[in-house]
Amino acid sequence: MSTDYKPSELLICLASRLMEDGSTAFIGTGVPMLAASLAQKTHAPSLVPVFEFGGTGAQLDKLPLAVGDMRTFHRAVAASGICDIMETSQRGFIEYGFLGGAQIDPYGNLNTTVIGPDHAHPKVRLPGSGGANDVASLCWRIIAIMRHDKHRFVERVDFNTSPGYIDGPGARERAGLPRGTGPYRVVTSLGVMGYDEATCRMKLLALNPGVTVEQVLDNTGFDLPVADELQVNPPPTDHELQLLREQIDPDGLYR
Amino acid sequence: MSSNKSSVPIVARGEAPLLQPIDIDGMRDHFRAKSKALVDKRMTEEQAIERFVHSGDYLGIELYGTVRCPMSLTRALVRSSVEGLRMAGQGVHEADLLIASGKFEAIDVTYIGQEVYGVSSVLRRAVESGQIKRVVEWSNGAISWRFKAAAMGVPFIPARVMLGSDTFKYSAAQAIQCPFTGQTICLLPALFLDVGMIHVSRADKYGNCQIDGVSGFAGEMARASKRLLISAEQIVDEDQIRERPDRTLIPYYMVDAVVEAPFGSWPGEMAGAYERDEEHYRMFVKATKSAEATQDYMRQWVYGLPDHAALLEKVGTQRLEALRIDRGDAS
Repeated sequence: MSTDYKPSELLICLASRLMEDGSTAFIGTGVPMLAASLAQKTHAPSLVPVFEFGGTGAQLDKLPLAVGDMRTFHRAVAASGICDIMETSQRGFIEYGFLGGAQIDPYGNLNTTVIGPDHAHPKVRLPGSGGANDVASLCWRIIAIMRHDKHRFVERVDFNTSPGYIDGPGARERAGLPRGTGPYRVVTSLGVMGYDEATCRMKLLALNPGVTVEQVLDNTGFDLPVADELQVNPPPTDHELQLLREQIDPDGLYR
Repeated sequence: MSSNKSSVPIVARGEAPLLQPIDIDGMRDHFRAKSKALVDKRMTEEQAIERFVHSGDYLGIELYGTVRCPMSLTRALVRSSVEGLRMAGQGVHEADLLIASGKFEAIDVTYIGQEVYGVSSVLRRAVESGQIKRVVEWSNGAISWRFKAAAMGVPFIPARVMLGSDTFKYSAAQAIQCPFTGQTICLLPALFLDVGMIHVSRADKYGNCQIDGVSGFAGEMARASKRLLISAEQIVDEDQIRERPDRTLIPYYMVDAVVEAPFGSWPGEMAGAYERDEEHYRMFVKATKSAEATQDYMRQWVYGLPDHAALLEKVGTQRLEALRIDRGDAS
């Protein structure tokens, strides 16, 4: 165990540990790419990373810089196209979907489109959905990876780009989204959140090393219940850090 | 808003207008009239843009980020006199150049950003200032399936995305109760393009095209395009294409122009051929943070260069060669 690590490195390790061996994971830009690579090199050698522009089952030797680049299909089992990947997700083959966002609300709805109340005249124009709405709609379990602060953890997202539980139990199914899908975990710089089965609202499951419950609540803009058996996430191991620094991201793009 | 001609119950409607009308029979007429003759379609970027792109057109460009984007065609378009364009924005680098040129009035947007380097400052300025008059939201899956519907020659395609989201609300999609299952399903309107631009690994002079690596949405978009401009890393002999017809994604009769453009995706990458020019791209991302520096970049790297050959000369052989991938090392 190490205490000498960056917050981003902890985030990558936590996301990586959620990636199961032998599962399929839809990988978006950034932290999920590093986490998938780390998972393949540690506990999940047969993780199948899926990238939206067609890369399936790549062996992630070099860090991809874009979801369609060569590294997303390095020694992959297939290099197809976006319709194939989205249709594969729609048929139910993709277990985990990893997403980031500028805002998240208690129901796990994510905003990557605009900040501000008026879509036609936004305060900040963000990139838009990209594949995020598709991932959030079609993968079985959605894992959001976020920096944890009050501006990001809001009672209501300014724009619901990618649906979580929308406004409560049954809302996804009523909207027409596939049954049994939805938000699963939120991995942040402060801890790991899950969702209450009865209310579909976010709750705190685990703290990152050195973080207090008060710190999490102070940085969350909505009421966040705390699990009865609150866990503490183990810090990155020396092995995880070594892999990250020497093999996965030697250029330090994410440090 | 159009009247509901169907007896199938509409559950929800996106509020945004269709930026491009759906005309499935018009598309059939167009393709019937389009020449299937095996003729040499080689020309320059400037000729391709001049002949086939008109002011007011709806334009689509493949692929994404800085990967296999038709950058030489994009620069020629930026330098041309056409204006008032509409676009399906599912790119990054080429979209930034086109938006910065002020040629676009309306965008069906999915994602325009710099991936690992964050948001697109060019898009931010254009949308926040109102320079782009209309922004309609879609997901990547939705836009790709809209091309697929057009490729199928049908007016829409059903899908299980965008439902329950603001992405739906600010789109032109509709949701219905499925007449077979009773479930709510999203209907994505077909997206027919006036012009499509695609950069491929190799093509012959007639326009038969092959792509190495992921095919993105090239197959669907090519089939959704009334006029299709192809740039290719390499023009190869027809025999080489015919030896491997299983590799041909786009047959010649869809294609109007074939432009030979080595390093045609620069500063982006090309699978198996060359890497992204990271140094240049970082410089571009930094420059676009201010409107003035963006226009300086545009003057230096787009407006100030007459053609693709001049660009390659400016980048320099040594730099370009350093980006090349050894064939043995290709992904």
